[in-house]
Amino acid sequence: MSKKESIKTRNPKLETRNFSTVGVSVNKIDALSLSTGRAQFTDDFSVPNTAHIKLLYSPHAHAKIISFDASDALKIPGVIDIIHHGNVPAILHTTAGQGYPEPSPYDTLMFDSTMRFVGDRVAAVLAETPEIAEAAVSRIKVEYEILPALLDFEKATDDDAPIIHPEKGKGYLIGAPYFPEKNIAAKILIDVGNLEQGLKESDLTFSETFYSHYGSHSALEPHAALSYLDERNRLVIVSTTQVPFHARRICSHLLQIPIRQIRVIKPRIGGGFGAKQEVFLDYIAGIFTLRTGRPAKIVLTREEVFISSRTRHPMRVTVQAGVQKDGTIHAIALNALMNTGAYGAHALTVLSNAGSKVLPLVNKAPHQRFNGITVYTNLPVAGAYRGYGATQGYFPFGQMMDIIARKLGIDVLDLYRKNAIRKGETSPIFQKLGEGKEGVEQIIESCGLDECIDRGAQEIGWKDKRNKKIRNGAKVRGVGMACMMQGSSIPRVDMGAAYIKMNEDGSFNLQIGATDIGTGSDTILGQIAAETLCVGIDDMLVTSSDTDFTPFDVGAYASSTTYLSGEAVRKCAVKINLQILSVAAEMSRMPVESLTMKEKKVFYPGGELSFQDICHYAMYTANQFQIQASESHFTTASPPPFAAHFAEVEIDTETGDIRVVKYVAAVDCGQPINPKLVEGQIEGAVVNGISWALTEEFLFNEKGKLTNPNFGRYKIFTAADLPDIKTIVVPTWEPTGPYGAKSVAEIGINGPAPAIANAIFDAIGVRFHSLPFTAEKIFQALKKSER
Amino acid sequence: LVINQTKKSLEIQPGETLLETLRANGYTGVKYGCGSGDCGACMVLLNGEPVNSCQVLTASVVGESITTIEGVGTMDKPHPVQEELVKAGAVQCGYCTPGIVLSAVALLNRNPHPTDEEIKMAIDSHLCRCTGYVKIIEGIRNASERTDIPGSEFKVPRAKHRK
Repeated sequence: MSKKESIKTRNPKLETRNFSTVGVSVNKIDALSLSTGRAQFTDDFSVPNTAHIKLLYSPHAHAKIISFDASDALKIPGVIDIIHHGNVPAILHTTAGQGYPEPSPYDTLMFDSTMRFVGDRVAAVLAETPEIAEAAVSRIKVEYEILPALLDFEKATDDDAPIIHPEKGKGYLIGAPYFPEKNIAAKILIDVGNLEQGLKESDLTFSETFYSHYGSHSALEPHAALSYLDERNRLVIVSTTQVPFHARRICSHLLQIPIRQIRVIKPRIGGGFGAKQEVFLDYIAGIFTLRTGRPAKIVLTREEVFISSRTRHPMRVTVQAGVQKDGTIHAIALNALMNTGAYGAHALTVLSNAGSKVLPLVNKAPHQRFNGITVYTNLPVAGAYRGYGATQGYFPFGQMMDIIARKLGIDVLDLYRKNAIRKGETSPIFQKLGEGKEGVEQIIESCGLDECIDRGAQEIGWKDKRNKKIRNGAKVRGVGMACMMQGSSIPRVDMGAAYIKMNEDGSFNLQIGATDIGTGSDTILGQIAAETLCVGIDDMLVTSSDTDFTPFDVGAYASSTTYLSGEAVRKCAVKINLQILSVAAEMSRMPVESLTMKEKKVFYPGGELSFQDICHYAMYTANQFQIQASESHFTTASPPPFAAHFAEVEIDTETGDIRVVKYVAAVDCGQPINPKLVEGQIEGAVVNGISWALTEEFLFNEKGKLTNPNFGRYKIFTAADLPDIKTIVVPTWEPTGPYGAKSVAEIGINGPAPAIANAIFDAIGVRFHSLPFTAEKIFQALKKSER
Repeated sequence: LVINQTKKSLEIQPGETLLETLRANGYTGVKYGCGSGDCGACMVLLNGEPVNSCQVLTASVVGESITTIEGVGTMDKPHPVQEELVKAGAVQCGYCTPGIVLSAVALLNRNPHPTDEEIKMAIDSHLCRCTGYVKIIEGIRNASERTDIPGSEFKVPRAKHRK
């Protein structure tokens, strides 16, 4: 094997870029089973004798449980078990499904005697039916001592603020700064150059403050988990998880059983967007199964998803900028205050991404600062959400660029062109600001931002519409834009692995830990393998995300799968490729160098061998072995995709009603592996972003209770709300990615808020510093500006 | 109930919704998304018209005709709507897809050549967080341009009373 693998043949496809499967919009391999209802989601699995779980939630934002009495509930026929802080181990952990050790504070217990938000978990009931479990939940008697609640995150560090986590022993495994006595869950200060001096040296200085708000991921499938003991008494957890391997590790920690005793299976997942990167249900099902031996299932209701799962971190950002008259950005700073809610899931890394994914875009500024603090409050727990801090960073940054350009009287497109990072350049931020540790130096090896700007501007009609305030009666139009970047995986942190074996009919099993949550990664990784092996996508049998049967992968987050897991798959397929050639050389008695591979065949001077012949030979004829290989990949780079977004809005000046008329998203994601799926990622992210900017809003009462935990009153965009959306994919070539690919999943959500805000300003001359831009707010602002 | 043109006799609990009944009896292509009739994941056709099955008490539709996704097309013989959604890249996580297929089938049954606006209105009761709807509209439009729709084997019962 080692001899065969040492043959130095590079995949010729990499040089020619003449692809047969990569770059082709093949059908998503699971799409037909999904559209016929055959595909199995977590709640579609049924195990005989399954019992059902319901949770009891805190009605108070901040309270201590004085007494807990489940005796009445336990008397209800059909109630099997009830767990609460008094009868489960108190093990500190974070629900953030990140690599180990997690860069999030260990501040959470499975069940706690202190309630820190409306929706914190008091107890869980296991019963024969969901209805019985629900009846039992309502019979549990709990007495609370209500504590003063901290509901304004800007007051979290005040001297008289209630302290959310006064208990000892909480903090980061990685030793990151943590000051719970001040409600501070994370703190970052990064300086490049000298900001104060840079501002002094600038012709013009700016400082403005912006607020990003909560947001629900609104994955259509609610969180769910099913656990049972297999025939060898191992715990199997079927879960709606984006991170099966992290889920296994976290469950092992909380259930106090070895990792070997747990198998996590991810079936089809009904969307994640970061919501399912949190591990907070799997161990509840697991502990019931361990305690009772019964299969146990929990499926959250939509209301529970809203009140008790995870949200986007709200953020206040003050942007300071120093600019020369010619448009050179000389100094820039982002000062962020982030609200993590009651627990610190992703408290450090979402904060750092607000800087690390934003500041490098204007890499030439010699003086830069990122100054961030994350605070606890008695509000819903934030977590990972598509965009991951970059969204909260680009909302202020994208508006500041617009403000600067208007003040200087130059086109904002030129401001970006003058200051944006280019191929061959770097940013000191890449090295200084990583995820829970120092980052990694990197040179940009692919960048299509200029083309994104040019093509996007042309598509929206920038020259004809900008500053024109085109009127139609009471309605007036404006255009705005924003540029952005993201990353592709977390360098020196993330790892993905792949395994491939060959079958007699010339098909291949591809097994990957990578986690398809609806993104199409099973298809894309299959395409990468198929391309390398000169077969079609139908010849790849893809299995993913089963901790028993697939190799490790960090999971679906950080825009990593195509770039990181994809390269593991490509490298693995290259090994298989070499093994096939080596068997063919033996069969044909020709040197490997004289062989070529094409369309499931190996050609040698004077003849050809089919993949079937080759596999049969390897399995049954001589020097038998299984053609198989595994590979891992980790990366020292995180090449950013780039994008330029343009929005055209129409505002009714009599009612404040706002409509996005047209939205153009031009993106450079390297070589698209599957163009249709790339467009789908962008369109989905853009509509989510527009919806978050215009209609989505968490409404709390004065006691910190969410008052609109349903799709009736939390308004996400539907088909009728859609603007005309144009997606422009600007292909570039990323040399460190598989077949030139970079990521695309997250970047699209960063554009709508700033681009629409800038378009509103273009239309009516009002600058909005907080989200969402509702008709009511616009109407009030118009009235105010008239006065 | 007549489910997918087959008579079924099912035991139900008082207060049980059609969504619960169908899922408990193996029609798991019908999905729970919100329980409040806001998302369309549980859409089925009741006498040919789309309804959110989470908002229908099973007891109120005894004897009526129900079409679920399982009655529309199969992996071997998909409905043109299903095929075109697949081809258009309109299926990402696919959780909302069965419901959207049913609304689209109902639309094309009563209006074989809808405009884009009519397609948007027909799927406006569905939430999809993955696709941004663009490719769903494209897929339904492509299906409406096919000549083999509706194939007789997929024909679902027409509404008794048209508004």
